[in-house]
Amino acid sequence: MGRTLAEKLWDGHVVRSAEGEPDLLYIDLHLLHEVTSPQAFEGLRLAGRTVRRPDLTLATEDHNVPTIDQDKPIADLVSRTQVETLRRNAAEFGVRLHPLGDIEQGIVHIISPQLGLTQPGMTIVCGDSHTSTHGAFGALAFGIGTSEVEHVLATQTLPQARPKTMAVTVNGSLPAGVTAKDLVLTLITQAGTGGGQGYVVEYRGPAIEELSMEARMTVCNMSIEWGAKAGLIAPDQTTFDYLEGRAEAPKGAAWDEAVEAWQSLTTDDDAEYDAEIVLDASTMTPFVTWGTNPGQGVPLGGVVPSPEDFEERNDQVAAENALKYMGLEAGTPLRDIKVDTVFVGSCTNGRIEDLRLAAEIVQGRTVAPDTRLLVVPGSVRVRLQAEEEGLDVVFKEAGAEWRGAGCSMCLGMNPDQLAPGERSASTSNRNFEGRQGKGGRTHLVSVPVAAATAIRGTLSSPADLPPAPEKGV
Amino acid sequence: MEKFTSHTGIGVPLRRTNVDTDQIIPAEYLKRVTRSGFEDGLFAAWRNDESFVLNQPAYAAGSVLVAGPDFGTGSSREHAVWALQNYGFKAVLSPRFGDIFRGNAGKAGLLAAQVDEKVVQRLWDLVEQHPGTEVTVDLESRTVRAGEGPDAVEDSFDIDDYTRWRLLEGLDDIGITLSSEAAIEAFEKTRPAYRPRTIA
Repeated sequence: MGRTLAEKLWDGHVVRSAEGEPDLLYIDLHLLHEVTSPQAFEGLRLAGRTVRRPDLTLATEDHNVPTIDQDKPIADLVSRTQVETLRRNAAEFGVRLHPLGDIEQGIVHIISPQLGLTQPGMTIVCGDSHTSTHGAFGALAFGIGTSEVEHVLATQTLPQARPKTMAVTVNGSLPAGVTAKDLVLTLITQAGTGGGQGYVVEYRGPAIEELSMEARMTVCNMSIEWGAKAGLIAPDQTTFDYLEGRAEAPKGAAWDEAVEAWQSLTTDDDAEYDAEIVLDASTMTPFVTWGTNPGQGVPLGGVVPSPEDFEERNDQVAAENALKYMGLEAGTPLRDIKVDTVFVGSCTNGRIEDLRLAAEIVQGRTVAPDTRLLVVPGSVRVRLQAEEEGLDVVFKEAGAEWRGAGCSMCLGMNPDQLAPGERSASTSNRNFEGRQGKGGRTHLVSVPVAAATAIRGTLSSPADLPPAPEKGV
Repeated sequence: MEKFTSHTGIGVPLRRTNVDTDQIIPAEYLKRVTRSGFEDGLFAAWRNDESFVLNQPAYAAGSVLVAGPDFGTGSSREHAVWALQNYGFKAVLSPRFGDIFRGNAGKAGLLAAQVDEKVVQRLWDLVEQHPGTEVTVDLESRTVRAGEGPDAVEDSFDIDDYTRWRLLEGLDDIGITLSSEAAIEAFEKTRPAYRPRTIA
């Protein structure tokens, strides 16, 4: 019988396997950031161990970094200590670091693909659950905890139980104005936050093949939000075109050899998945969350549901808690919900295509008077590219705040936070209680919905906007 | 890591589903560079509410957390496990755990025991009716026990064989892997040359 893509990737990295034990997997790339690594380095130091493969390790500063005054010392002393600890650890253990101020600095899941380090057929880990992003290239990529970070630093391997495999087949094409973000939010609401648990998920089908590399990353990024171990998309010409010529991509004969190997990274026709979900992209619409987990979503054209709409008692209780926390009443049309802050950014939607899409919508328009629009590029390179294209001017003229690169308001570890009771429309990945600031209320949305919401001040899609007064550049 | 064979302690009912790791410990508490002191961030938002279970004296010294399905979803932060341990928890019972959380718990020595949803319901009822009731989690026999008489709960829990063995023996994962050094070296020789390196 044939093998799935996930099985091929797995089998290609087994260093050792034994009955009754997890497989020992080799790790091709280990990404680090300041929050989940300090205790791992400390563990190495205490045990007198070294980093086995610094040449397969890359670190950056993203979670804590401020997005203004990036040339000044970090004002929050505890954040500064954490960032400085990473700098000391990287120097001591010989790890390549892209610190604040470096042209390659940015959100770890944005810089690695951008550098061309994320390639098909690899195993990639990071002490960060959104490592699933890299699966968009046909790599097996998943988030790990700090003990595992220490393990990978010391051994370049990780003991892992073999996961099950699932196909998410998306037929049809996404309608105009409906994005990869809407696709994955629709999927998560349908499957539930635990629906992918224990599976490596392969996204496939015509709607997935049509997505750009960046949109594929958005889909794989949110795999963890429905519990999947990892998300994957088989590499194809779109993948190769994205990679060719990037700084760390293979060159010359090595490139040809690599592409030939990568072309075999598909699921065999006669392979079987342990489970499959089939979706039709052509019926999808802009999709937003109303609750406090990413599985509590509805189409933007819908209304806030009532706890009684759910069959299971647990879901009813979760809905009651969520409505209370979110300050929402059942039956309210989503489009009537007023939003205080719009956040465009994060490892989910902080790439150049996202910023272009947002700029296209705000061009010639003005952010609503009581609404704040925060645009945070995912990396320094994304920021520079956007500035070269004049997108920063478009945002600033519309009244938006244009910031430096980092995780920013996705998780509010830096000063970019919601105030208690403040409501956001956010292109990020988690609407958990307090995620964007204590007491903050988050609606997860796509980039077009975020941009349109910033203009109207209530949850909106671009179709709700009157024509822009001036034609764009 | 300390060996874990069996633990008996006060059961704490957390009547919640989808307790993500942002709820277990919010991001603002993740800035420490040590492995201790995270108990102040444990369930930080909920602890502002006087009626929250850990604010009730009968449960404040609890060490066995009983939670609804999808406990520990979301962020990979191992700080969630450390916060529970630093507070005094030795075991968490739930019908379903987030994958990364369960892995982290196994590495750090917190028992994440997967139990049937009905068991959670019965334990919630029992420890709420009799606050302070002790719950025993026996890793050797993979059983959970609590109470006496007609309300008594006794059932099995799931944990994978390998994690169970490591917890029972208190073994350091890295030490185990380093005994496969030769296999790692052999594998490294087979890696394709086109794979990227971060340092030339």
